[in-house]
Amino acid sequence: MSVEQIILYAVLTPLAGAGLIALTGARPNLREAVTLATGLVLFALVANLYPVVAAGQTPSVSLLEMLPGLSLSFVIEPLGMIFAGIASFLWIVTSVYSIGYMRGHHEQNQTRFYVYFAIAISAAMGIAFAGNMLTLFVFYEVLTISTFPLVTHHGTADAKRAGRIYLGILMGTSILFLLVAVIWTWSLTGTLDFTKGGILAGKADGLTAAILLGLYVFGIGKAALMPFHRWLPAAMVAPTPVSALLHAVAVVKAGVFSVLKVAIYIFGADFLFTIATSRWLLYLAAATVLIASLVAMTKDNLKARLAYSTISQLSYIVLGAMLATDLGILGGGMHIAMHAFGKITLFFCAGAFLVAAHKTEISEMHGIGRTMPFTTLAFFIGSLSIIGLPPTGGLWSKWYLALGALEAGQIAIVAVLMISSLLNVFYLLQIPFNGFFSGKDGDKAAEIKEAPVSCLIAIGISSTACMVLFLYPDPVYDLMRLVVGS
Amino acid sequence: MAALVSSHLPALQVVLALLAAPVCLLLRRPNASWAVATAITWTLLAVSIALLERVLQSGTIIYALGGWPAPWGIEYRIDLANAFMLVIVTVIGSAVMPYARASVEAEIPVERIYLFYCMYLLNLAGLLGIAITGDVFNLFVFLEISSLSSYVMISLGRERSALTAAYRYLIMGTIGATFYIIGVGMMYMVSGSLNMADLASLLPDVGGSRTVMVALAFITVGLGLKLALVPLHMWLPNAYTHAPSVVSVFLAGTGTKIAVYAMMRIIFTVYGGMGVFDDFGLGEMLMALGIIAMIGASAVAIYQDNAKRLLAYSSLAQIGYIVLGISMASVFGLAAGIVHLFNHALIKAGLFMALGCIFLRIGSVKIEDMKGLGKAMPVTMAAFVAGGFGLIGVPLTAGFISKWYLLQAAIEKGWWLAIIALLISSLLAIIYVWRVVEAAYFQDRDKKAPAVSEAPVSMLVPMWVLIGASIYFGINATMTMDVAIGAAEALIGGIQ
Repeated sequence: MSVEQIILYAVLTPLAGAGLIALTGARPNLREAVTLATGLVLFALVANLYPVVAAGQTPSVSLLEMLPGLSLSFVIEPLGMIFAGIASFLWIVTSVYSIGYMRGHHEQNQTRFYVYFAIAISAAMGIAFAGNMLTLFVFYEVLTISTFPLVTHHGTADAKRAGRIYLGILMGTSILFLLVAVIWTWSLTGTLDFTKGGILAGKADGLTAAILLGLYVFGIGKAALMPFHRWLPAAMVAPTPVSALLHAVAVVKAGVFSVLKVAIYIFGADFLFTIATSRWLLYLAAATVLIASLVAMTKDNLKARLAYSTISQLSYIVLGAMLATDLGILGGGMHIAMHAFGKITLFFCAGAFLVAAHKTEISEMHGIGRTMPFTTLAFFIGSLSIIGLPPTGGLWSKWYLALGALEAGQIAIVAVLMISSLLNVFYLLQIPFNGFFSGKDGDKAAEIKEAPVSCLIAIGISSTACMVLFLYPDPVYDLMRLVVGS
Repeated sequence: MAALVSSHLPALQVVLALLAAPVCLLLRRPNASWAVATAITWTLLAVSIALLERVLQSGTIIYALGGWPAPWGIEYRIDLANAFMLVIVTVIGSAVMPYARASVEAEIPVERIYLFYCMYLLNLAGLLGIAITGDVFNLFVFLEISSLSSYVMISLGRERSALTAAYRYLIMGTIGATFYIIGVGMMYMVSGSLNMADLASLLPDVGGSRTVMVALAFITVGLGLKLALVPLHMWLPNAYTHAPSVVSVFLAGTGTKIAVYAMMRIIFTVYGGMGVFDDFGLGEMLMALGIIAMIGASAVAIYQDNAKRLLAYSSLAQIGYIVLGISMASVFGLAAGIVHLFNHALIKAGLFMALGCIFLRIGSVKIEDMKGLGKAMPVTMAAFVAGGFGLIGVPLTAGFISKWYLLQAAIEKGWWLAIIALLISSLLAIIYVWRVVEAAYFQDRDKKAPAVSEAPVSMLVPMWVLIGASIYFGINATMTMDVAIGAAEALIGGIQ
């Protein structure tokens, strides 16, 4: 198989999987086997691409000419490789988790769930490997639409309301801002290809570039930069595996990934640094980091708290992009990976609390460490990674982000990063601490009652990965080094 | 023989349908009339594709009807623009025919069915005639043939309100036709010609005369009525709502489109050398009307309870897109308008077909009656959703392609108001499509309501052919865009 074929198959495999899942819907065991098999094939394909990228090559392939002069085309480059690697790996883990969760929680319409899940992954692959801005935009919209039935999965009035907000903000921003930015870029430069050093430098004057940057960053609503963040908490009505993979990894990471792509390959870091609005957006991202953390503290619902925590963490990456320095971009790219593993662990645990103990509110979780010690411990590890403490990978991305801020001479940003970490400590560690150490001591020896085994396997893998990334962040680091090119 | 037929293809395009109409009248049997109409439509599709290919290969075809040379005789002059229009009309017609059989049987009394097919064929002949002719008076004749037959088709609807709707359309349509012919008369008065190409070269010499500009004003208003340009749209929502489903499908896909084409032809070919965009402010005026249509009609669509009426208002908005494309008077703008004629014809005809399927099964197209249809009629509702995506302009649908080029043209012109209007109109489209989706997928069907099954295959297949085509031409738009850009260049050649 040539590299070009592998790229195409990586996008098409989950789509074919979706078809097979729909066909095998009547037989749940077979259906889940198909999901897992598709996930394994996909990961194998993506893993096969890694050595090519690591060797510094960027092979590309064109699917078809969509408009005269503009193709749907794919390219693999290091940043996309990171995103694709994470999404494809965590899809397997999430699938394992879903089997236990969806059955344990007696969810309806499971076939539809797995089908749209697979389509969403296909869209994520399309975004990761997009060779130009048109391709990225197309798959970005496919991702929005394919995740919509997952968000509204329960079909209740709540789900319907959340669906409106979800679709309204994500499609609204992408149509109002992103599409205009893309076409404007096309009309200015005559190309939409992702090019090292950017395509806008020299083509757009200061004011145009300033407006364009705003259109891009706000247009990518999936990055959840305030004030376009409301869709993410709303999306939490979805079943937990959706929140875990899509709203902690695939969808939101597609957003910040696109922001990084635009910063690096459309504007180019050097040109970006000279644009006035990049400073304002930097401060807006910093504000989002703090405000979202503060809001997270007020939330008693665990998934809501995690959602605001995600908004805050996503802005770290936007912040890294807007620093427009090598180390800032390096830190932002690494944070895509580190946050993914940390946050998915936390969501897995939240789902496990729900399935095993039927608890959704943090105030009800005192003493939960006694009945669910494994899950609570995993939650602790995931929290450490989000905070950025050893022995977890979260340390590295925060480290480079702080260095990037120093490099850009933004002392205030360093302070924001520190304060945010403290806030993280407060609102995340509270849960495992209360879980282990509070609650009535007089209880008779609590019986251990953990979530279904497949959930525990998934939690084990993701929390271990957090620690592995502390000792061995090299694959991610090396790829990001290739991106910033030094 | 083959050579003879081949050289007279342009005449066949009109004559076949015109002759077949009385045949239906004589046959009087529903199935026989249906068979005749279908055979003729499919033949015409083949003919129009052959013509398009010939134009693509060897350029404009000039055909003197009856052998009388222009400007004395009637001339058919086929360039890329009208070759494309011929294909649009016949494609929609060809998809409508297999769909029509079951739908017409259910909605039109059996003793009147042959009348429907007769009127349909006349209408087809009229539409194709408008597209093919190079003579402004001949265009009037065909415009009236198509209009009169559509009044009759609309009045075949089974509610009494169909008669009012048809009558209203008759009044408005007749005013439009009158305005058009007054304009033509004025042009004839100053130039002594009715041939479009001839007029194009004669008019600049008398350009200073006010008569020529007044003629343009009359023609623009006249055609504006026919193409339902807001605020001349009053006839359209009722006509589309109360007409039989098949008629809505066919008219939505072709009727207003062909009037838009006629307007393009007059503005860009006949008045091409007159500087109407620079001196006359035509561009700004059309832009303003287009924007009002895009925003106003979309906003009204949101508040409709009847899905057919909702789609009718959406059509008004989409016509606004096309008029906006015309108003830019640039190759990309006009190409966007032309490609949207095609894309929107596919999408809207497909959507009206979905409503026809729904009407066949539940006897209503009120949104509140469509509760739970996502489960009961999954194939139909999926088509509706896919078509709805096209209206919004979601990527991988044909609507996206049109919007892309409209936006690109507007950005190049620096028309920020138009850009904002385009985007807001798309957002409003999300809302009105969502209303139907919410009813169909998020609400359950009433327990007491009778069980509903999926529509017959003969209706599902044509619907999905159109919707599928709208998706195909959204993914691979190179061909349609090449033709549209070529057509725009052919039209705009007169200006530059």
